[in-house]
Amino acid sequence: MAQTNSSGQGTNGVADESPNMIVYRKMEEVIARMQDEKNGIPIRTVKSFLTKIPSVFSGSDIVQWMMKNLDIEDQVEALHLGTLMAAHGYFFPISDHVLTLKDDGTFYRFQTPYFWPSNCWEPENTDYAVYLCKRTMQNKARLELADYEAESLARLQRAFARKWEFIFMQAEAQAKVDKKRDKIERKILDSQERAFWDVHRPVSVYGLQNDIRTHSPTHTPAPEAKQPTEEELQEQITFWQLQLDRHRLKMSKVAESLLGYTEQYLEYDPFLTPPDPSNPWISDDATLWELEASKEPGQQRVKRWAFGIDEVLKDPVGREQFLKFLESEFSSENLRFWLAVQELKKRPIREVPTRVQEIWQEFLAPGAPSAINVDSKSYDKTTQNVKDPGRYAFEDAQEHIYKLMKSDSYSRFIRSSAYQELLQAKKKVTKSNKP
Amino acid sequence: MCVCVCVCVCVCVCVCVCVCVCVCVCVHFYLNCNNMKYMRSPPTPEMATQEVPLNETLAHLKTESETLKSKLEEERAKLHDVELHQVAEKVEGLGQFVMKTRRTLKGHGNKVLCMDWCKDKRRIVSSSQDGKVIVWDAFTTNKEHAVTMPCTWVMACAYAPSGCAVACGGLDNKCSVYPLSLDKNENLAAKKKSVAMHTNYLSACSFTNSDMQILTSSGDGTCALWDVESGQLLQSFHGHAADVLCLDLAPSETGNTFVSGGCDKKANVWDMRSGQCIQSFETHESDINSVRYYPSGDAFASGSDDATCRLYDLRADREVAIYSKDSIIFGVSSVDFSLSGRLLFGGYNDYTINVWDVLKGTRVSILFGHENRVSTLRVSPDGTAFCTGSWDHTLRIWA
Repeated sequence: MAQTNSSGQGTNGVADESPNMIVYRKMEEVIARMQDEKNGIPIRTVKSFLTKIPSVFSGSDIVQWMMKNLDIEDQVEALHLGTLMAAHGYFFPISDHVLTLKDDGTFYRFQTPYFWPSNCWEPENTDYAVYLCKRTMQNKARLELADYEAESLARLQRAFARKWEFIFMQAEAQAKVDKKRDKIERKILDSQERAFWDVHRPVSVYGLQNDIRTHSPTHTPAPEAKQPTEEELQEQITFWQLQLDRHRLKMSKVAESLLGYTEQYLEYDPFLTPPDPSNPWISDDATLWELEASKEPGQQRVKRWAFGIDEVLKDPVGREQFLKFLESEFSSENLRFWLAVQELKKRPIREVPTRVQEIWQEFLAPGAPSAINVDSKSYDKTTQNVKDPGRYAFEDAQEHIYKLMKSDSYSRFIRSSAYQELLQAKKKVTKSNKP
Repeated sequence: MCVCVCVCVCVCVCVCVCVCVCVCVCVHFYLNCNNMKYMRSPPTPEMATQEVPLNETLAHLKTESETLKSKLEEERAKLHDVELHQVAEKVEGLGQFVMKTRRTLKGHGNKVLCMDWCKDKRRIVSSSQDGKVIVWDAFTTNKEHAVTMPCTWVMACAYAPSGCAVACGGLDNKCSVYPLSLDKNENLAAKKKSVAMHTNYLSACSFTNSDMQILTSSGDGTCALWDVESGQLLQSFHGHAADVLCLDLAPSETGNTFVSGGCDKKANVWDMRSGQCIQSFETHESDINSVRYYPSGDAFASGSDDATCRLYDLRADREVAIYSKDSIIFGVSSVDFSLSGRLLFGGYNDYTINVWDVLKGTRVSILFGHENRVSTLRVSPDGTAFCTGSWDHTLRIWA
């Protein structure tokens, strides 16, 4: 059978598959496991009144198998995944047009690989017309058209009125061929063909079966990779060399760091520690946000500033307090410089040259009113940058000042009585004016 | 069998002769197992497979590059002395979670493709396939602004840090900024400002910590930083070999980096100042649909069509965890961390949301509710909830 995929070849020779194909392959792997003789779902022929129902298994069988073999603990999850697989047409309920999985005695059958979605089926309305027409020729109660099918047939007859004779002939021919088949084989093939149409012409326009095969326009086939040029290869080599020179941390250290971080912020994570007074989304009460917006920072918030200088710089109230403290010590120029440079990077490019000059005059020029102390290397570099001012003119100076603040001013701030007072302060309860 | 049918039908003269030929042909096709009747293969471009003879220099360089790459993998592996989940054994397990839909936002007439939170922790902007961009107060579920873009598939939208503007774009290859006016009657579309211009669809956009700069990623394989006021390109980022699908800015106060993920299965970390790629990770087996930094900025998570989420640490310079399960076979469309970084939320193409314990690597919860793919997922700025957007036309707030 022709194997079609909807994308080109990758550089390593393996077909780059479209996202839908990847999912189809995975579902097919599961189906293969389900059909395994030893460990799969037991398929049997059920003897019913006057007839035999060949090659079926129950919905419960599927759910049981999935829970055992796919590491699923919850029946709801098994039903959800199973329903998706049914909606794609990999197995189907033999007595229903709606493709869902039920955890009961409902009988299901596997779809034949010929009709699998991975074959990129795009059946047309003429094909559907032939199929429905053929169904009307088979005088069996079980093959009677459902209401929606009868409606579709009527619609198609009007649409294809001119070539209906041709469609009819095809249907007749197919019906004749079908009659030659073994009765049991016919039952199975009929149900499989019907399931195919349940996927491609679903009974309901809305619902699970719609949009299954749709994909977003972002998943276009990957273009064939060109052979890299000499220049590109040189770039790659330089890149790998830089990467090799990088300093790496051991996994054990990294793990401890990640653990430490989540530990520290556990009490601030509303999903892990319910916020005080309440999570607005759950209680419908926005008090939490009102408290945060107030100028009075709560104890928990103040505590966070001690985690690191970034926490103080991130929080507008923290920045304010830090600045206030430094001003009381007459050493606020570092922080003011840092804030000014941050502000500079947020301005439109048009304003940058002017702002650069202003900052230079205020903080770095000889005789500057808020002179800051920068190492000579950074100072020289900055002097050069200011001549052709860009957004990153003060990057080196800013980095130096940041390190200075971190080791000096910040630690003094955290130890200061001003900070300690804020930390000890009792939480102020805001009086609610609600009736 | 062909013959039998022929004989039966061949009673009348001309017309029937034609018809019986047709019928013969039909029957023949019907019997043929390689029946192409129902199959319409999508057009596959014929790929030229002739080998281009590499000249010696190129071959030599290629070998050198590949040798260095293997050496890098070796060096990275040397420091892998323990697994994250092993170290995390000493951490207390998470209890049962009760996460429910707390708000459902209905109003889009088509697939929701993207959303973003406002810094005020309650407003959001969302965009959809039919070109509609809506600003909501998610807390009250009221729609506050709506604008219709002149293009379909608006795959990217972002809220400005000030809360006074939104940016969006998609199949128009552009990123446009709309200032939000307090006057509800004002026609937003009139004030639209085109900022970014790419040569293929816009897949993601994000303001930096200012209303004045926007970072974009595109199907043209590049990312770019733009000055909003002038539309000037400030920096471009080249290095992905295919469509770039997502990006995220590092949360640092001092850093100037961001991470991007693409259809080339690579996640790249970029220096915004120089435009250089400073780190690259390639372990996913398919397109990377979403990347998000761990709150400390030392690591980031990715979600891919290969149905896995992965955690990469920048200091260890490698992948440090994979979040996957046998029963999860549909791709991940979007990921985000809870505030502490302990939980990773993933929106999947099988309509579900899986919640992962980042440290232990186990799945903590699975959430049902959406009736079609989850296309976008973001945690609110204060971590009190997360919002999902879906192809089922709705957005949901979960807490």
